[in-house]
Amino acid sequence: MSFIAILSIFVLACFVGYFVVWSVTPALHTPLMAVTNAISSVIIVGALIAAAASGSPSAKWLGLLGVVLASINIFGGFAVTQRMLAMYKKKERPAVAKH
Amino acid sequence: MEHVADNPWVALAYLIAGVCFILALRGLSSPESSRRGNRYGMIGMAIAVVTTLVTHVPTVPVLAVGEVAGYDYAALMQRVDTLAVFEILAAIGIGAVIGVVTARRIAMTAMPQLVAAFHSLVGLAAVLVAIAAFLNPVAFGIADIVTPLIGAPFAAIHGVSRVEMILGVAIGAITFSGSVIAFLKLNGNMGGAPIMLPMRHAINLGVALMILWFSFSFWLTQSPLDFWIVVALSFAIGFLLIIPIGGADMPVVVSMLNSYSGWAAAAMGFTLHNTAMIITGALVGSSGAILSYIMCRAMNRSFISVIAGGFGAEAGPSGGGGAAIDRPWKRGSAEDAAFLMSQAEQVIIVPGYGMAVAQAQHALREMADKLKEHGVRVKYAIHPVAGRMPGHMNVLLAEANVPYDEVFELEDVNSEFSQTDVAFVIGANDVTNPAAKTDKTSPIYGMPVLDVEKAKTVLFIKRSMGGVGYAGVDNEVFYRDNTMMLLADAKKMVEEIVKSLD
Repeated sequence: MSFIAILSIFVLACFVGYFVVWSVTPALHTPLMAVTNAISSVIIVGALIAAAASGSPSAKWLGLLGVVLASINIFGGFAVTQRMLAMYKKKERPAVAKH
Repeated sequence: MEHVADNPWVALAYLIAGVCFILALRGLSSPESSRRGNRYGMIGMAIAVVTTLVTHVPTVPVLAVGEVAGYDYAALMQRVDTLAVFEILAAIGIGAVIGVVTARRIAMTAMPQLVAAFHSLVGLAAVLVAIAAFLNPVAFGIADIVTPLIGAPFAAIHGVSRVEMILGVAIGAITFSGSVIAFLKLNGNMGGAPIMLPMRHAINLGVALMILWFSFSFWLTQSPLDFWIVVALSFAIGFLLIIPIGGADMPVVVSMLNSYSGWAAAAMGFTLHNTAMIITGALVGSSGAILSYIMCRAMNRSFISVIAGGFGAEAGPSGGGGAAIDRPWKRGSAEDAAFLMSQAEQVIIVPGYGMAVAQAQHALREMADKLKEHGVRVKYAIHPVAGRMPGHMNVLLAEANVPYDEVFELEDVNSEFSQTDVAFVIGANDVTNPAAKTDKTSPIYGMPVLDVEKAKTVLFIKRSMGGVGYAGVDNEVFYRDNTMMLLADAKKMVEEIVKSLD
C-alpha cells in the first residue's frame, strides 16, 4: 500500500470518527472513553509482531511486555464498559407484577 | 520483506476489524444499542488479534540433515517455535486476568482514575512497540538491508517509517507520563492543586523544540542516540504538561490524553500499514478531541488556557471565602428540606463532584424514590463538566439505578428551573454560580451554568460556608432569600432527609 493510500484511509476515518462521536449521547461519555481506550489497544498488533519476530531478543521481550499491557487494556476496557452499560436502565413502568 | 498486511486477505481482515470499531462507537448513540456496540468492539479486536497471530507465527530455523537417493543433504528449514508461541499466549493470558479482575473490582467512583491508568498503558505499549520496531525494523518490514562500501551491512529504516516511528514513540511517551500524573491526581496520591514551576512555559517550549530538533535529526541519520533522547524528552514533557493542571480541569486532561492514545495508535498503524490501527487511531483521536472541545466549551475556556494550567491557583480560598462570613445566609435542617420537597410538584437534583466524593448517589436515589411516593416529579440536571471526567455523574447515577430517562443535560433542562419548586444542589458549586452570567470580572464569566436560583427554593448541600468552589469564587446563590443551606456531609444529609420523609 502506498503512503497516500494509507493517508486517505486515515483522513476519511477521522471524518467518520467526527460524525460518529458527535452522535454519542452525553450520558454515555464515560463508557465512550472506556471503549475507545479498549479499542486503541489494537496497538497489540504491533506488539504481537515484535514478540513473534526473531532476530532481536530485546525487541522480542519489549513486544511481549507490550502484549501484556495492551491485553490488560483490551480485556479491562471492554469488561468495564460492559459493566457500565449494563447499569443504564430505563424507568421501570409501574409494574403490574409488583402487586 | 513485504508488509504482511499487504496480503489482500489479511488486509481485508484488518479492515473488517476497523469497521467493527466504528460500529462499536456508533452503538453509543443510545443506551439500548450500546451493549451491542460493545460486542462489535470485542469482535473487531478478536479479528485483529487472531489475524496477527496466524500471520506472524514465530519460527526458528532448524538444520535438516538426511539422505535422499544416495545423496546427503543439509537444508535450513523453519519450524514453529512452540516456546515463543507459548510465551505470547501467556502474555495475553496474564493481561486478560489483570484486566478482567481490575474491571470487576473497581468502584464506579474510581472510574476516572481507572481510565487514566488505562490510557497510560496504551501510551506505554505504543512506546514499547515503537522501540521494538526501531530495534528490529526488518521484522516490521520497514527497512532495507544496506551494505555500505566500508563496514557491516545494516538495516536502513525507510524515511517515512522513521517519521511515523518517532511520532508514535513521542506521542506514546507523552500519553504515558501525562496519564500517570493524571492518575496520581485523580487517585489522591498527589494534591489536586496545580503545581506551578517557575518559567514553566519557557521550559515546556524549550523541551518541545528539542523534541522537534532531535526528531528531525533522527529522520536524517537514524541515530539511536537521537531516538533515545526523543523518548526521554517526551516522557519529561508529559509530566511537565499535566503537573500545573488542577483537579476540576481533569475532564479536559482525561479527554486530551484519550485523544493522544489514539494518535499514537494511528502513528504505529502507519508504520505497520495496518488499516485496523489507522481507523482506530483516527476514531479514538477524534473522539478525545471532540470530548476535550465539549468540556472546554462547557467551561467557556479555550483549550490553550486549560493546557497552560494554573486555573484557580491565584485566586486562593481567602479571596471569596472571606466574604462568605460577613453576608447573611439561611441555614436549614434535614426536616425542613424533607418538608419542602415533599410539598413540591417538581424537584430538580443537581449533582456534582461532591456527590461522588461522599458516595451519596445511592442515598440520593432512595430520596428520589421516597419523593416519588409523595407524588413529586424528580429530575436530575447534569452539567457537562460536573465530576472529573465526561459523563462521570451519569455513570454514578446509573450505578445507583437511576433510570436514564430522568437524567437531563444542561440545555434540555435549564429552562425548567423557573417552573420548579425545589432545586436540590448536592456537591456542585461553580456550575450553579449566576456570576457566570452577570459578573464580567468573574473568572468563570461566560461559562454556561444551571439556573438553579430561578427555582422557588434552592436547597444547597455543602460541607461548610468557608470553602469555595474550584474556581475560587464566591457563589451568589448562597445568600439569596430563596436559598437554604444544608451544611453537612452530602451522604449523611441525604440519609437524614430520607428518614424525615418517612
